[in-house]
Amino acid sequence: MSQTPENFSANLAWRHRMGWLFAATCRLATWASVVFLVVILLVIVSRAWPRLTPEFLTHFDSYKPESAGMLAGILGSFWLILFTGAICVPIGVGAAIYLEEYARSNWLTRFIQLNISNLAGVPSIVFGILGFTAFVRMFGVPRTAIVLALGFADVRIPLPFGRSVIAGSLTLALLCLPVVIIASQEALRSVPASLRHAALALGATKWQTISRQVLPAAMPGILTGVILALSRALGETAPLAVLGAAYFITFAPGRINSASDLAQHPDRLLQVPFDQFTAMPLQIYNWVNEQSRDFQQQVSAAGIVVLLVVLVLMNGSAILIRQHFQRKIRW
Amino acid sequence: MTTLAVPMSSARPANPSHIGPPAPTLGAAANAAPDGKRKIKIQTTDMGFFYGTHQALQKITLDIPERSVTALIGPSGCGKSTYLRSLNRMNDIIEGTRVIGKVLLDGEDIYARDVDVVELRKRVGMVFQKSTPFPKSIFDNIAFGPRIAGVRSMATLAPLVEQCLKQAALWNEVKDRLKDSALALSGGQQQRLCIARALATNPDVLLMDEPASALDPGSTARIEDLIDDLRKNYTIVIVTHNMQQAARVSELTAFFCMGRLVEVGRTKQLFTNPKEKETEDYITGRFG
Repeated sequence: MSQTPENFSANLAWRHRMGWLFAATCRLATWASVVFLVVILLVIVSRAWPRLTPEFLTHFDSYKPESAGMLAGILGSFWLILFTGAICVPIGVGAAIYLEEYARSNWLTRFIQLNISNLAGVPSIVFGILGFTAFVRMFGVPRTAIVLALGFADVRIPLPFGRSVIAGSLTLALLCLPVVIIASQEALRSVPASLRHAALALGATKWQTISRQVLPAAMPGILTGVILALSRALGETAPLAVLGAAYFITFAPGRINSASDLAQHPDRLLQVPFDQFTAMPLQIYNWVNEQSRDFQQQVSAAGIVVLLVVLVLMNGSAILIRQHFQRKIRW
Repeated sequence: MTTLAVPMSSARPANPSHIGPPAPTLGAAANAAPDGKRKIKIQTTDMGFFYGTHQALQKITLDIPERSVTALIGPSGCGKSTYLRSLNRMNDIIEGTRVIGKVLLDGEDIYARDVDVVELRKRVGMVFQKSTPFPKSIFDNIAFGPRIAGVRSMATLAPLVEQCLKQAALWNEVKDRLKDSALALSGGQQQRLCIARALATNPDVLLMDEPASALDPGSTARIEDLIDDLRKNYTIVIVTHNMQQAARVSELTAFFCMGRLVEVGRTKQLFTNPKEKETEDYITGRFG
């Protein structure tokens, strides 16, 4: 039997007050983060305002703040993320499928699992150093270039890769892999075992069970992980800086600077991975370090606004893709 | 599963003789005498099953005749579901399981080295306790089995889907919404969908693991009617906790207890005049 204290009612009022206080503190915490975000956005947008013109998106960088633009960074980041995704999604999803569906649980797989989890927490600059050694310098192989003569175009592949888009993409792909693998594994794990059993009991092979039932059911979760990883890669500055990617550049990878360039020379697409590049966060970093106050305050703020808009668009498209798949799955 | 942990060898140390020998004679007598010479579809001889080092089934010897319904009854954890799942090797999925003894389907050992599990499971269909519709349309659910076997043409699939749904007594309820999600169906409809889906691979044997235990009485009656129809063409083995259900649908009943096959016989005989004290205690509700 619990003893009811005589001053139960007095205590009750105090307990209610504590409850109210706790709720108020939580509310304050929520609003504090919102207020900070709004203030930061307001400051950045107000600083960027004079530079937020269509020309900012269509011009290359310049030594004059009033004519500096972000085209090289936008196109560079686009190609960079495209190739990063193309490299890390098949490898990451494949590794996750192997670990979840095929691998037996023994000390080796547990060791691999532990390492993947640890890699997800490694600072990005470490991946930059790895990428510099493995892809930019290729452990010091002598400089050569392979020229692929395809008849309609010649593709020049530098060896080692140097400061090219492909070296950057490979590095960022390594950075994204742990996140993609872990997210995919969790998505696969959340598919009920009964679904697998039902497919197997109907005479499906393991591969048919995975490809027709398990993967479609896990797809929304996998895509969420992929987009989050790529969004992180999009904002990464440090590994690209270590790779030695260009800060100031006045052409886009493959010399495809506009839609008309693409229409007239579609063969230049093949040269894109092997060309030099800059990326949005690198350009912003570069502008912040400029002497001129215009660069420091206005141009860099405009760059940040563009980067944020691209990130929001990416995350938005992730939500759309996820909803599309979920509708198709018809849970 | 805790009941499984009870040491089964010590449960009836005084009378080890009835573990093996009496059961097969009963089973053999039961299906040989009244039905004439009905062919044995599944023959289990001295079969044992291990989860790691834990032995879940001991010396199971049971003959299941063709085109009939055999019910497996017994308390929870007695091994009846394990036995059922070993008939289409669904237990293979669980790591560390092992089978000893012989399980013959049409006279061929299904645990032989050259047996393709995928082919076996096509011949031995299964319906689970919890209905497991795929998150796809009704049509795609039924067509899954044929499709993975390589059937692509709609000219073949459409009539097949219709036929299976009719066999499972679901056609009239869903014929206008074959493209709708299977998950929108009621629980009873989902379970009949799973039966129709299992029929689409054209199996010889249907294994049912408590197919009606999660359903209301009306849906249960429908499933039982369905089983009654299917017995003409399929060999059905059904695990059930519901003894009235076993009495209603089955011709043979096998009583499992603590990993042993205690008794098997004609359903009517087993329920009215069980040979073993254990069986009598269980069916009269004194134990289990």
